[in-house]
Amino acid sequence: MPIAGRKKHSSKLPVLLVAPALVLLALFTFAPAGYAVYLSLMKLHVTGGLLGTSSTQAFAGLSNYASTFSDPEFWHSLSRMLLIAVIGVPSTVILATTFALCMDANAARLTTVTRLAIFLPYAVPGVIASILWGFLYLPATSPIGGSVINYFGNRAIFFTVANVAVWGVVGFNTVVLYTALRALPRDIRQAAEIDGASEMQIALHVKLPQIAPAIAMISLFSVIGALQLFNEPTALKPLTNAITSTWVPLMRVYSDAFVNNNIYGGAASALTLLVMTVALTVGGGAVTTRLIGRQGK
Amino acid sequence: MTTAVTSQRPPRTVTGEPRPRSRKRRRTNLVATAILIIGGLYCILPALWILIAATKSNAQLFSTPPYTPSLPGAFLSNMSGILTYNHEIFLRWWLNSVIYAVGGGVLSTAIAGAAGYALGKYAFTGSRAIFRIIVAAVLLPQVLLAVPQYLLLAKFGLTNSYESVILPQLVSPFAIYLCKIYAEAAVPDELMEAVRIDGGSEFRIFWSVGSRLMLPVLVTVLLLQFIAIWNNFLLPFVMLNNNSLYPLTLGLYGMLMPTGGQPNQYSLVIGGVFLTIVPLAILFLSLQRFWRIDLISGGVKG
Repeated sequence: MPIAGRKKHSSKLPVLLVAPALVLLALFTFAPAGYAVYLSLMKLHVTGGLLGTSSTQAFAGLSNYASTFSDPEFWHSLSRMLLIAVIGVPSTVILATTFALCMDANAARLTTVTRLAIFLPYAVPGVIASILWGFLYLPATSPIGGSVINYFGNRAIFFTVANVAVWGVVGFNTVVLYTALRALPRDIRQAAEIDGASEMQIALHVKLPQIAPAIAMISLFSVIGALQLFNEPTALKPLTNAITSTWVPLMRVYSDAFVNNNIYGGAASALTLLVMTVALTVGGGAVTTRLIGRQGK
Repeated sequence: MTTAVTSQRPPRTVTGEPRPRSRKRRRTNLVATAILIIGGLYCILPALWILIAATKSNAQLFSTPPYTPSLPGAFLSNMSGILTYNHEIFLRWWLNSVIYAVGGGVLSTAIAGAAGYALGKYAFTGSRAIFRIIVAAVLLPQVLLAVPQYLLLAKFGLTNSYESVILPQLVSPFAIYLCKIYAEAAVPDELMEAVRIDGGSEFRIFWSVGSRLMLPVLVTVLLLQFIAIWNNFLLPFVMLNNNSLYPLTLGLYGMLMPTGGQPNQYSLVIGGVFLTIVPLAILFLSLQRFWRIDLISGGVKG
């Protein structure tokens, strides 16, 4: 059973070291996913009798998926989420790239203190950030004109939610891009400096192409994050009627399972979302890899 | 995803090369500096506003201008209000958050470090398959699994407990991935062989060589995991229904909920937000120099 180790060595240690991770992964990632697949194919079969009704689980085929797909509210929640992603993801990526390039620019001042300030929201949980922004938006307490501007209006609400999400993640992404910039070799940039290129030209034509893989990576992560949108709309919900209990897909999963007690439908919705995320990750990952392949010659 | 660790090995001694910087230093890049100041203000002003709002009583919250503090103020009564709310439950929430984030963070870092070291430094039966499984698991977002995790744990009556929040967060496939990549590059085979020749056991190699050399990635993983668990909301939200087990996120959210439209608890919630953000911001800013965020970009790219 023991194959020769990398250095002709047989030991049980590596198996012991990897075992806890594998066991936990099986129990808390793969088993729940498998159980959700099982539940999504079942339904509650209620049988009525003289002594009252009793219910058993029965095979339901794909009917839970069918009712998820035929429910217009599912598509509405999906389109609301996509709208927020369309606002939030480009904002995050553009802001993070701009901030990182500015921090890396020659002769920019206050870089350390602004970097810390921009990074700070990462330490604020999404729910707390949403409560905080909720008070900034709320007409009665707003210091940013909430009594004049209706931040919870039919259209504004999408920007409102997207803003809270962007505020929470832009700093972390900025620092990821900044470290990517710092790791770049200096020679091309210095050559461009000697040739008299301006700071702006260097940023756009030398640095930006070199960190394209890192930008692709944070874009992909931001899109995946958007698919899991839950905390911000959930925490803003007590403050406004504009957000319903099925406003985004993950909120729908939650209310199916816990409010409507329809765990079978909830499992089907959760898996639909999971498959979409995995497809997007694999597809987006392939694009990212191609981008990196083009870079790293 | 292949493995290229080149960008992370030499820890960015950019300043090491002597460059004639002082000559150019004089001219300030106004555009870049202005953008950074605006960005910094956008990120920090909302947090600072909480300082102002925390000085106001509920009545003042609605009657005084929102951007000036109320100076004799209700700050102290807000603080004692939130601290004594519902039999000091706020302190309990704080303690719970620390238990979840520190306990889960330390354990998950140990698990990821051990697994990453084994996969990075040994070839054994199934090691390639195991690594593939872990890479595949990176694709499954834990947030989407929270409801299925609840449904499964509920079947065994394990919900509504500390374990129900900690156990599902103990394995981070991404952390294992980072540790594996780092171990491959940072723990030299020659050094391991030298200890072996001296008669050191495999465990000793792991404990006194491997884990020491992996310290930078372990610290980074610990901080990432700490923040991820600290910020997590959905998992405790589905798992817990006993408010003495709540973490801060869930507790403060719950304080907004029961009163619904009645704003009578707003000043308490604002006080709670203040007492959540400030200590963590201080901790965070004082620890940020130990972060190696380059490990994340280096680990994923290439």
